[in-house]
Amino acid sequence: MAELIEGQTGQWEMVIGLEVHAQVISKSKLFSGAPTEFGGDPNTQVSLVDAAMPGMLPVLNEYCVEQAVKTGLGLNAQINKLSVFERKNYFYADLPQGYQISQYAHPIVGKGTIEIDLPDGSTRAIGVTRLHLEQDAGKSLHDQHATKTFVDLNRSGVALMEIVSEPDMRSADEAAAYVRKLRTILRYLGTCDGNMDEGSMRCDVNLSVRKPGAPYGTRCEIKNVNSVRYIQAAIEYEARRQIEIIEEGGAIVQETRLWDARQGVTRSMRSKEEAFDYRYFPDPDLLPLELDDAMIERVRLELPELPDAKRRRFMQNSGLSAYDAGVLVAEQARADFYEKVLAGKRDPKIAANWVITELLGALNKSGHDIEQSPISAESLGELLDLLADNTISGRIAKDVFAEMLASGKGAASIVEEKGLRQVTDTGAIDAVIDAVMAKNADKVAEYRSGKDKLFGFFVGQVMRESGGKANPALVNEQLKKKLAG
Amino acid sequence: MSLDAAAVAKIARLARIRLTEEERTHLAAELSSVIGWVEQLQEVNTDGVEPLTSVVGARQRLRPDVVDHSTDREDILANAPEPISGFFGVPKVVE
Amino acid sequence: MTKLTDLTIAEALKQLGKSEISAHQLTEAHLAAMENARALNAFIVETPELAIARAKAADGHRHRGEAGPLEGIPLAIKDLFCTRGVQTTAGSKILKGFVPTYESTVTANLFRDGAVMLGKANLDEFAMGSSNMTSAYGAVESPWRRKGDNRPLVPGGSSGGSAAAVAARLAPGATGTDTGGSIRQPAAFCGIVGMKPTYGRCSRWGIVAFASSLDQAGPFARTVEDCAIMLKSMAGFDPKDSTSVDLPVPDYQAAVGRSIKGLKIGVPREYRVDGMPAEIDSLWRQGEAWLRDAGAETVEISLPHTRYALATYYIVAPAECSSNLARYDGVRYGLRVPGKDLTELYEGTRAEGFGAEVKRRILIGTYVLSAGYFDAYYIKAQKVRALIARDFEQAFQSCDLVLTPTAPSAAFAIGEKSDDPIAMYLNDVFTVPASLAGLPGISVPAGLDAAGLPLGLQLLGRPFDEETVIAGAAALEKAAAFSAVPQVMAA
Repeated sequence: MAELIEGQTGQWEMVIGLEVHAQVISKSKLFSGAPTEFGGDPNTQVSLVDAAMPGMLPVLNEYCVEQAVKTGLGLNAQINKLSVFERKNYFYADLPQGYQISQYAHPIVGKGTIEIDLPDGSTRAIGVTRLHLEQDAGKSLHDQHATKTFVDLNRSGVALMEIVSEPDMRSADEAAAYVRKLRTILRYLGTCDGNMDEGSMRCDVNLSVRKPGAPYGTRCEIKNVNSVRYIQAAIEYEARRQIEIIEEGGAIVQETRLWDARQGVTRSMRSKEEAFDYRYFPDPDLLPLELDDAMIERVRLELPELPDAKRRRFMQNSGLSAYDAGVLVAEQARADFYEKVLAGKRDPKIAANWVITELLGALNKSGHDIEQSPISAESLGELLDLLADNTISGRIAKDVFAEMLASGKGAASIVEEKGLRQVTDTGAIDAVIDAVMAKNADKVAEYRSGKDKLFGFFVGQVMRESGGKANPALVNEQLKKKLAG
Repeated sequence: MSLDAAAVAKIARLARIRLTEEERTHLAAELSSVIGWVEQLQEVNTDGVEPLTSVVGARQRLRPDVVDHSTDREDILANAPEPISGFFGVPKVVE
Repeated sequence: MTKLTDLTIAEALKQLGKSEISAHQLTEAHLAAMENARALNAFIVETPELAIARAKAADGHRHRGEAGPLEGIPLAIKDLFCTRGVQTTAGSKILKGFVPTYESTVTANLFRDGAVMLGKANLDEFAMGSSNMTSAYGAVESPWRRKGDNRPLVPGGSSGGSAAAVAARLAPGATGTDTGGSIRQPAAFCGIVGMKPTYGRCSRWGIVAFASSLDQAGPFARTVEDCAIMLKSMAGFDPKDSTSVDLPVPDYQAAVGRSIKGLKIGVPREYRVDGMPAEIDSLWRQGEAWLRDAGAETVEISLPHTRYALATYYIVAPAECSSNLARYDGVRYGLRVPGKDLTELYEGTRAEGFGAEVKRRILIGTYVLSAGYFDAYYIKAQKVRALIARDFEQAFQSCDLVLTPTAPSAAFAIGEKSDDPIAMYLNDVFTVPASLAGLPGISVPAGLDAAGLPLGLQLLGRPFDEETVIAGAAALEKAAAFSAVPQVMAA
């Protein structure tokens, strides 16, 4: 849904495309055998090939190719059986070869789609133009020394998938939804961990503005937006910046800009004249890559159930709302946890409620993921069982849950230890009711003479007297009978 | 196709090679001569011909995803002009 | 008894095998020869201590019955091959002092088989040249002189040091690389045998790259048999090189002396170029006659795109080298000229580190790949290259080998031909087509010109048919009975 911006000369529409660089999960690098772990000591994960020593040559990592194919299939994209690696030539301190091995005219994956989930519950299909494999560069640290930049090549040569979207997005929300969905899909596939903090998933935003219905305007590329929040902020800022320029009679210069998170603005990068003529040509150290049908089929069979399909299944089979199902499938670990809680036998809606509202709510507060939940799926299931068979009431269950979180103990043992079993013995309940009515004879009279609202008071008293353990439904039932006279 | 000193300066900048003015002029003549000479290829009818990027008729071989620990930091920094604390040092880059 | 430095590799192996000589003696003799011939400047770095140590070790291996196929044979190694612990410069200032921590696959293969390294042979800078005049470490002098003329001559290039060393008997064999003729042409100029195998036969891993789709390592020696022996060790599949071809290495030595009866020798009419010296033309015809005498049949063939080969090469090779040489930037190894910022560091380092010819080729390459020119030059050249390769494919349907002269002239004087780059490029007119098509080729010394300088004949074969090329070359060698020795030799 296009979010039009009100300008001086009328309404403007944003046209947004995203380029995502996703680091491929693999043990070794795309063209060398050096390890790919994050955070190692500088230059300890660098092979001679990564350091571009004289005479070094690239050899292609089979698993990285499979990961790219898997991702392509997960994006419902066309897999190109023949693709070519090309050199993208430019100079930078963390680009040892003086060129990046990438793919240009013939990428490994072609057109695909991503269904994005918008805040109002609707979905939209956003086109993916292509996905190709390329080398990551090393890292330059500019803040370690007054007059020097430090270069660490650990990351140099790690496999990246560059995923380019069609310029189909029309609002910051859509862009955010695209990034979130893409990230979720990559994590489901196990092809990228989507960690934007660590830089294993990076986004560049391409944005232009136009009057609705007009041809595309000149776009700018915004780099260094390393969180969904920043992507949204950068889009808002850049759209307005461009609108202002055009409305004042200027023209947009096609350029690359950096997002400055501190100031909340985009800045022009010190572009150098004709600096970026990359002189792409097929890498003569490599041969064209040909994929066979058998391999593609094998990867297809290994595809997990993807988030959209899983969400549909939860909605259809478990009757969950789109929202609830959406929350559960946002992370595969959550969906797996949920299904373990269900264990094929428990009430899906109740389970969903507990997982989402209670568990995820608590974990969110403490800044943890479901993988770090102190309560296991089996344990939560146990609690739900106690609730379902009326061993405890809903209110008590919440207390038990809190105790489980804090202590890591199981539901049953907590209930036993603290004697929290629900009182369902009507005789015992009657006794408490009688005692309360006796203590509050005046109120009984008031109730009987028409003050219906006092019913809540009696319920409260009974619950209090029973230490919260009386079965609320029975209390209601018995109280009604007795108060009626 | 004739190249002038300005064109040579542009190419030299792309190739990150500093040239003196004399070199630029001299090279403009030399490069013009070589480019003019290779222009003869325009005579050749190449309709329907695929560019030959490798004489090896095969397809790219794939390597298993196995880590190779044979190179350590010492090897990588052994010939570095300015190794500092395990990094390669270069003049500070301002982005 | 033959002087130790006159022994061929085959002869030396025989004598080593019979304990008539020791590897230590053999190496010492060559080291002494090198000392006496320093004026040729064939070596950038001599490695006498390393050589003696390896030679002694070779004697030890032989004594224990563990002798490899080249055990104890001393070789000159072109300074384009990265050798662990020994300076590797590629003939350039930009790699002065660079000591690799790794060994190229080809030299590792040679050392695995027992060879001994005498030193790193001089070459044109980054293998770009046909005269060895562009080396940052000084020009190499050919051990040959024109009759009655004392001017120093070029040994050819780019593997000039390797060729000069073998011709001057400083080493019985040497490694070279051939991208457009850099083994074959200096072999012809120096009166020795030089071979470029099929592209993909020898690994390129650890060889400083010039033009990736063309570079091939190969042997120099004074006989075809010696080259065959060396090639057997050098060749082989390398998983570290994506362009290395996985085919078994035959016993090339067995192809020497194989009959060539019934083989068809193609003589390409387009190689009879304008202004070709009469001597070279007549030697070519003489070569045809020799091969017919040995039982082969000669047949005229056509390689119609021959005249476009040089232009094609001088687009493709510079394009690839402009990218391959981008890594020489002063950041991680080699020369660094300090600068106030990164750009200054790059521009200053590369300005000072690269010589004129290298700069020229990088600029040509950058230009032909640049926006707006890519299709007209680079793509066009690769299409013409396809046609040149097709020419050969079609020709090999009616012949088994192609016979041509190796070079359009004998060696010229140092300093001659150095003004006009194109005049220098024309030296490669007969060798470049086979490079573009990736075919195996060999140059065999066939005669002398009027000034007493060596002339070579070239045989080209089908991909991976080095055996037929060797058989044909051996037949030529036998018929030519080339026995001239250079004027300037070590004492």
